[in-house]
Amino acid sequence: MSVDYSKIHDVVIVGSGPAGYTAGVYAARAQLAPVLYEGSVTAGGALMNTTEVENFPGFEHGIMGPDLMDQMRKQALRFGTQLVTDDITEMKLDGDVKTLVDGSGNSLRARAVILAMGSAYKEIGLTNEKRLSGRGVSWCATCDGFFFRDQVIAVVGGGDSAMEEANFLTKFASKVVVIHRRDSLRASKIMAERAKANPKIEFLFNTEVIDVLGEDKVTALKLRNTVYGNESVRDFTGLFVAIGHLPRSELVVGQITINSEGYVEVEGRSTRTNIAGVFACGDLVDHTYRQAITAAGSGCQAALDAERFLQGH
Amino acid sequence: MATEKVTAANFADVVLKSSTPVLVDFWAEWCGPCRAVGPILEEISNEHGEKIKIVKLNTDEEGSIAMKYGINSIPTMNVFVGGQVVKSIVGARPKPALLKELSEYIN
Repeated sequence: MSVDYSKIHDVVIVGSGPAGYTAGVYAARAQLAPVLYEGSVTAGGALMNTTEVENFPGFEHGIMGPDLMDQMRKQALRFGTQLVTDDITEMKLDGDVKTLVDGSGNSLRARAVILAMGSAYKEIGLTNEKRLSGRGVSWCATCDGFFFRDQVIAVVGGGDSAMEEANFLTKFASKVVVIHRRDSLRASKIMAERAKANPKIEFLFNTEVIDVLGEDKVTALKLRNTVYGNESVRDFTGLFVAIGHLPRSELVVGQITINSEGYVEVEGRSTRTNIAGVFACGDLVDHTYRQAITAAGSGCQAALDAERFLQGH
Repeated sequence: MATEKVTAANFADVVLKSSTPVLVDFWAEWCGPCRAVGPILEEISNEHGEKIKIVKLNTDEEGSIAMKYGINSIPTMNVFVGGQVVKSIVGARPKPALLKELSEYIN
């Protein structure tokens, strides 16, 4: 089923994580015939790169991230969401009719837009980190862990993602060293305990990575103690960066109000942005909770806000 | 033309001895981004297959070839010209971005 590019749609949803697909379910059930852009290679969002999701309510024994997203996608389809496996590359959001351009060059018009672009991995910010990306440096354990069998690798970070990645990586690596710049983890207790109990995981607290060494692949990391300032070099053949995420607001900068960290701002507890008819949800907005369930909840809110907006016009 | 599968048995003939550039897509079944970029590579193969041959190598099945080329993240798409890797694209990209990366071979 291909999208009718000649008509003005009621609502277009940009993004396909829990926020996007939930917005799709609610908007479709409200008979708004939503068009949802999933992304050409990113459909499913952040949970596509995780293994078991144990804390999404409704799944007593947990569910694999990609399976959860597949179910959400099918649910959105069931009620009539039109999915497009392509990227939105440009948006013009002011005025009564918004225009969006996609990666194939098509132009789409809509009265309401729901922004659900989510987040991207935060990089440490080192030149060599970028240079050696895919050659020992990774931001996704489930994607790349397989290639580090029997190696000694590092995971940078102190939150739940870092703990999950570290635990997952012990399936392949001979040793995983968690490097965290503070003296204690900010991960949830259960995840921290699991990692601490894992004999293959070593913790280096009060330590930051200041350089990634190696010609065409990672061979070592230069470290600095954040308390005393002394530097050292330690051999590693892999570096997994798990220090958090940044909102993917680059497409709407300059049109939509964004805070100093790049998160889209919304009015109070609604999903309304500074532009009438444009709503935002999920990790694009949320810098506090950033959970699949909070994203899904806000996707629902965005669809309901959009429905009310369209009824009033 | 559609993409071809390569294995250790035919790698030398299909890739290293090819007179046209060859893009080898290192992929695996469990790799989401690999599966996402698969259809895009099929399209590019159908549209530009005579200029650049696109072949797929399953890293689970052909681990030694993957190791030989130092693959440690997938998808990795290596362009071979005259038996040598001249370009390495790591990570899934949208079609326009891939076409741009391959423009010197396609145009």
